Amino acid sequence: MLLEISDLDVYYGRIQALRGVSLSVDDGEIVTLIGANGAGKTTLLRALSGLRAVSRGTVTFEGKDITHERADLRVVHGISQAPEGRGIFPGMNVQENLEMGAYSRKDRKSKAYREDFDRVLGLFPRLAERRRQFGGTLSGGEQQMLTIGRALMSRPKVLLLDEPSMGLAPKLIQQIFTIVEEINQQGTTVLLVEQNAQQALSRAHRAYVMETGSIVKEGTGKALLADPAVKEAYLGVA
Amino acid sequence: MTTSNGGPRQRMNQRLRGYDDRRAGWARSIRTRWHALPRPVRWLGLLALVVVLYLLPIIQPPILTTPDSDFGSVLFDAALFALVAIGLNVVIGMAGLLDLGYVGFYAVGAYSVAVFGSPNSSLGTGYPWLVCVPIAIALSMLAGVILGGPTLRLRGDYLAIVTLGFGEIVRLTAVNSNALGAAAGITGIPHPPGKRPDGTDIFSILNINAFYWLALTVIFIVVFGVRNLENSRVGRSWLAIREDEDAAELMGVPTFRFKLWAFAIGAAIGGLSGSLFAGRQGFINPDSFLLQFSILFVAAVVLGGAGNLLGVVTGAVVIAYLPERFRGFADYRIFVFGLALIIVMIFRPQGIIPNRRRATELAVRTEEVAEGA
Amino acid sequence: MDFLLKNFWELTVTGLTQGSIYALVALGYTLVYGVLRLINFAHSEVFMVGTFGALFALEGMGLNANSDVTSASAAIGYLIVAALAAAAASGVTAVIVERVAYRPLRRRNAPTLVFLITAIGASLAMSEGFAIWRGRDNEAFPTVIDPKTQFKFFDASVSNLDILIFLTAIVMMFSLDTFMRRTRLGRGVRAVAQDPDSAALMGVNKNRVISLTFLLGGIMAGGAAILYGLRFGVTKYDVGFLLGVKAFTAAVLGGIGNLRGALIGGLALGLVENYGSAIVGSQWRDVVAYVTLVVVLMFRPTGILGESLGKARA
Repeated sequence: MLLEISDLDVYYGRIQALRGVSLSVDDGEIVTLIGANGAGKTTLLRALSGLRAVSRGTVTFEGKDITHERADLRVVHGISQAPEGRGIFPGMNVQENLEMGAYSRKDRKSKAYREDFDRVLGLFPRLAERRRQFGGTLSGGEQQMLTIGRALMSRPKVLLLDEPSMGLAPKLIQQIFTIVEEINQQGTTVLLVEQNAQQALSRAHRAYVMETGSIVKEGTGKALLADPAVKEAYLGVA
Repeated sequence: MTTSNGGPRQRMNQRLRGYDDRRAGWARSIRTRWHALPRPVRWLGLLALVVVLYLLPIIQPPILTTPDSDFGSVLFDAALFALVAIGLNVVIGMAGLLDLGYVGFYAVGAYSVAVFGSPNSSLGTGYPWLVCVPIAIALSMLAGVILGGPTLRLRGDYLAIVTLGFGEIVRLTAVNSNALGAAAGITGIPHPPGKRPDGTDIFSILNINAFYWLALTVIFIVVFGVRNLENSRVGRSWLAIREDEDAAELMGVPTFRFKLWAFAIGAAIGGLSGSLFAGRQGFINPDSFLLQFSILFVAAVVLGGAGNLLGVVTGAVVIAYLPERFRGFADYRIFVFGLALIIVMIFRPQGIIPNRRRATELAVRTEEVAEGA
Repeated sequence: MDFLLKNFWELTVTGLTQGSIYALVALGYTLVYGVLRLINFAHSEVFMVGTFGALFALEGMGLNANSDVTSASAAIGYLIVAALAAAAASGVTAVIVERVAYRPLRRRNAPTLVFLITAIGASLAMSEGFAIWRGRDNEAFPTVIDPKTQFKFFDASVSNLDILIFLTAIVMMFSLDTFMRRTRLGRGVRAVAQDPDSAALMGVNKNRVISLTFLLGGIMAGGAAILYGLRFGVTKYDVGFLLGVKAFTAAVLGGIGNLRGALIGGLALGLVENYGSAIVGSQWRDVVAYVTLVVVLMFRPTGILGESLGKARA
């Protein structure tokens, strides 16, 4: 297993946000985590990136215990996140934002680095057009692309995506999910958190369903798409 | 910091939390035991405390007494400091507004008494002290409204610097205005009234204890008023503003108006303290109103525990009393005081006697800190 | 008013040199505010330590208040050593202040007010520490540069010292600005200022960035310290206090958190103070400064250039 989470508890003050969450992501997979608003999905990703303290349980990455690892070192290990609500740097232009993504890399003058840069701009031609534009002035869709592209710039082994489709037009959503698949095919493992269950499940190898801080269901993406309870709760089918 | 697994720091954090829990537990158990006592016993206890406070300058308790300065003067200074802290606590502790120029209101109060009371002032009205006090309160309150009106809409950090500027403006105006006695100040300020049976004045330089008793009485009255205010609709609005101003605004709390009230009430208490100060001193000059005092006032409130009346009084007494008690170390006292401020705040950021709600907020915040985040 | 018009250019030159010193100190407030959103009240003492660093370096090289430095190359040598000493003293002090007074609180996520109190504590301890060590009287700086009029700017005489102060300040600020925009570490600082969580997700070590921020602010204060020593010729334990208040005013005036704002705010404050005191009398100088601040904030609550290390692109 590339990423193994077992029995994780996380608290916000006195409120328990995660209750004994266990989840694993294997090398090369797209794993999806679906759940309603406030189920704890974002909290889990924040804990995985080291932005949120863990009270109990362990997180193992490539066999190494990283439960209490510092946030910045996790990026060096190969965990990268495109956060919810985008979190781009508004006062930096597109180019600088992408370069920030490669902050932890030591090979910033190398050919590999430039290739990664071109690869990201290849995935998101819109970003190439707007290289000098400030992050704060981009449209929602462009900001989302920038967040994902920026996360890729660190050459992650696993990419954590938090609600990449949020607030986007249907056509853009399609496009973003296609790109996520493309990224995965190019060799990056993806842990995708989504409310858009239809899209997310249909592209995932495996998936988990989260409710009020706990994992309540898991299975292959297809199996969960066909699951009547999932259908009713998350796919809007009665 | 190069530890990569955060383990030791995690333990450190837990240890710090442990300290907090134990001390909070200590405070809580005293509080619970106190409230468990029958009402008459509590009243008696309070009464005994009040009596002891009044008798302090006569008992001259052995360890407390200051060897190098007059104990009565030190007690008066501490009481005055406590009164100032109670007033500033309305602004900082209750409404959550950072005022770094509180000495300005204290100065307005003192100068009002001086200008209206002293026959030597430019006005020369020579009103008695008791007439000057309401004028002082009114004028400092007015100063609070004039300063607060345009500035309370600003964000917190800006309020800090603007108030700091205000405190300096008041002092520099006094330094530069002949009408206010300039750098030399104003003499001949009346003392509070009253004669003993033998015809001598109750309040005179020879009898500092009387000033201490007066200040103590004023404190009790003000504490009573502030407590009532705290539990009223106004107090709850302040609480809402302090915790989340935007949310309070959305819930329909007229935040600006309540902030202005907090400012004005705080200013009035500051002015009252200033008038006591002037009445005790008999003369004032701008050196009594340096910016450093504003900073010490804030330190008293936060050190004691912003929002908790007993806490801020304790903080004030600590700040006014300790340097006097240890005058023997005169050269080192402020240096040590500075270090003590850092150490106390690191180990007890909620203050010596914290406001319960604030302590809880802080405990919650500590829990949430991620390693290296 | 007449006095202002007659001496307008003279006042302008004085205002700009004083403003340059304000601006350099203001950078320290603005950097820390930009990254941590807190007012580093101990920064005035960071500056004070810098003046002593410069003084000790000059004395260490055998100069005293009566020395006469005649050759220009010797003067430059002395100045460079003293400037480095001041920058080192201030920079290290700033980093230590962060470690001792702020980091333990950050680890516990304490409210802003508490930071203010530890800052006040650090400030008192440092200035009193120096008072105990060095006494409470002024200590004179050796005269390294004897001010000589170089040229006339309209009817104002501009001395070599004026030029040195102004240029040094501009060069230091330009270097800082470039560092922030061009280097990886500088971008790390900007990233933390704009979005701390996202910065951590990029692999930015927040603690290191914060130390760096204090170090940079300290170095700028050190630069201001040597210039102050040259301009005013004396220092003592409480030299930082009034200057700190003024510099902070300058930072807010220009737009706190904004590097270029610190420059604009510093120069503006220097000019306004000098013009203002020409009109209403020099004893009102400080009042003019504070009133300007209040008026500017009333009409432009985020300062002249607006806030944030991010939005103003540096």
